[in-house]
Amino acid sequence: MGEEPVSKTVYKNARLLDPASELDAMGSLLVENGRILDMGPKVFVDAMQDDFDIVDCAGKCLAPGLIDMRVTTGEPGNEHLETLATASQAAAAGGVTTIVCLPNTDPIVDDVALLEFVERRAAEVGLISVHSYAAATKRTRGEEMSEIGLLHQAGALGFTDGPKAIANALVMRRLLSYSTVFGTLVIQHPEAPDLVGEGVMSEGETATRLGLAGIPAAAEVMMIERDMRLLALSGGRYHASRVTTAAAIEVIAKAKADGLHVTCDTAPHYLALNEGAVVDYRTFAKVSPPLRSEEDRQAVLRGLADGTIDAIASDHIPRDQDSKRLPFDQAEPGVVGLETMLPVTLESVHNGSLTMLQAIRALTLGPASILGLPGGRLTKGAPADLVLFDPDVAGVVEPAKFHSKCKNSPFEGRPIQGRVLKTIRGGRAVHDPFAAEAPERGRLVHA
Amino acid sequence: MTAQSLPQTAPEPLFRFRHLLGIEGLQRPDIERLLDQSDVYVDANRKGDKKHSILRGRTLINLFFENSTRTRTSFELAGKRLGGDVINMSVSTSSIKKGETLIDTAMTLNAMHPDVLVVRHANSGAVHLLAEKVNCSVINAGDGTHEHPTQALLDALTIRRRLGRGLEGLTVAICGDIAHSRVARSNIHLMSIMGARVRAVAPPTLIPSGLDRLGVEIHHDMEQGLQDADIIMMLRLQTERMKGSFVPSIREYYRLYGLDYEKLKAAKPDALIMHPGPMNRGVEIDSEVADDIDRSLIREQVEIGVAVRMACLEALVSTQVEPWAKNR
Repeated sequence: MGEEPVSKTVYKNARLLDPASELDAMGSLLVENGRILDMGPKVFVDAMQDDFDIVDCAGKCLAPGLIDMRVTTGEPGNEHLETLATASQAAAAGGVTTIVCLPNTDPIVDDVALLEFVERRAAEVGLISVHSYAAATKRTRGEEMSEIGLLHQAGALGFTDGPKAIANALVMRRLLSYSTVFGTLVIQHPEAPDLVGEGVMSEGETATRLGLAGIPAAAEVMMIERDMRLLALSGGRYHASRVTTAAAIEVIAKAKADGLHVTCDTAPHYLALNEGAVVDYRTFAKVSPPLRSEEDRQAVLRGLADGTIDAIASDHIPRDQDSKRLPFDQAEPGVVGLETMLPVTLESVHNGSLTMLQAIRALTLGPASILGLPGGRLTKGAPADLVLFDPDVAGVVEPAKFHSKCKNSPFEGRPIQGRVLKTIRGGRAVHDPFAAEAPERGRLVHA
Repeated sequence: MTAQSLPQTAPEPLFRFRHLLGIEGLQRPDIERLLDQSDVYVDANRKGDKKHSILRGRTLINLFFENSTRTRTSFELAGKRLGGDVINMSVSTSSIKKGETLIDTAMTLNAMHPDVLVVRHANSGAVHLLAEKVNCSVINAGDGTHEHPTQALLDALTIRRRLGRGLEGLTVAICGDIAHSRVARSNIHLMSIMGARVRAVAPPTLIPSGLDRLGVEIHHDMEQGLQDADIIMMLRLQTERMKGSFVPSIREYYRLYGLDYEKLKAAKPDALIMHPGPMNRGVEIDSEVADDIDRSLIREQVEIGVAVRMACLEALVSTQVEPWAKNR
């Protein structure tokens, strides 16, 4: 007929999870040319013509591909830790179809040329969607604003100084104020650095027993409270990245009720671990902000359940052995998380803290809405970025099998339930470990 | 969490663990056995011939990443009196300054087959980390603000010998810079295990958060804190560890928290005074009080320190398992 071959796939017999329509039901999803053509319980395979590839999902969960809004890579500058290629592979293996990279590379992404470099390198890899934030201030020094307008036009999804707080109130005020011109997002690492001081873990009995300098939980809420005042003063869109304390969640809930444009995320380790994870000086559980008390951990789960916390981001930070096999004070903070984000979050579903849709929303629609991305939903016309996973299959976290170059996971050896079966980006399978296996396990079948 | 159990074998060893990394995690019989054995060495050290052969053929390495005179000398003497070969390594002569990591250093020393490593380090937990990487026994001679177990043991023995009784029921007031003190933490654990009542006396800025959860009674008023105390342990104000302002001035600190005869009146009339050294005279303690022969145990602490370290070395060497039977 002379027409271009059209790629059409039907994912049948799937437990469809769409937080946008609050759908959690068995059904089918049709993909054509990399976009979702239709989906729902009433879409039947029988009605299809025979030019559809049929994937029998065998009752497993089909959700929008995960969107990880906080990833640190080593490219440029620290390619021995992680490249955009290895980060993309790790993401695909973890069911993540979109990542957003922090600007604190070497050099720091604070001008258009560097942003374009990262975008070009990510496009060359081409496995998943890779976006970037740009530095909020030049060299992330917290002093002078970076070229917010030009960087925004070049595709920066938001502005942040990465793991550093924007500590100066005047700088934050101007950032919020200036960013209103472009409607772009200002992302804060919410920790008052003066109060953190030399602290390396949460303040309290455990820190005192270990002889480690503590960080009070108040350091987080203080910064957020200050920023809420500035947001009310200046306007703008503010995002608190990694909210970990009950007090901070309360302040954000109130600010939202007051109509301020504030959003926040947390990370899987704040759902699954508390400060007890660092006893015996376990540097693999050293993170910033630090793991908190059990009360705070439970507050984070409640914040996710009630929607105060909009998103879960992995806060993936690759670290090599040399920066972790050190005395606790000297060890670098950070954990890899792309490949454990889904199963660790599912723990909270299995133990009843979250519903499946609440968890999936925080991993997909939540970040998509904050960042203005089209994915994160199973809507007609949306990109066919999908993850097919089995929420129940048991396993153990094995960092040696990670695609990420670094294995610094605090979850090593942890029993988990849930496994990614297939990751689809733009209609194409980018992670498909069971592709060659028998159809009854949910593999590709041609009708 | 500080030590690992060995399989129980008869006869009962002097110590159940491969390493001595801290007091936390020990039980009362562990401590009593070490103190009883130390007692033997205190008496032996007062005789002319102080030499024993328990460590003959064994190598002890003193690995000090932080400056120390008394603790290092004390361990050196202890090792030599037990007949061992003792080598001192301090940070200024080692390759640490050339960028070698702690683990590299541990592996290098391990390859030389020492029997005991005595380690001091400025970071809490550094000695644990090192102990995980070597085949020999490790004694923590002070890690950051975490623990200094042999100091607590010698403090306990000093009290026991002076009073001629155990520590049960004694009121022990630990005064001063608790936030930066590993001695305080080890003593809080040890005194509590042995049945003493422990008080912490310091301004709030020098009390670490959650200290009350360790079973300690906290006082910010020195005289209240010393009320009816049997033992007063003074701590050195660790100005070198302090980043930022914890107390307004030395003058004010001495006035409010320095131990002088006036404040001492609040304690029991026969209350005893201790200090792990080195003392800042006129900062946390009045010179005359420190030198008061009837009240101050400070010199005895030093003497007994050697004996306690001898007992600890003996304990670890006598419980050592085959080198391939790693602790974890």
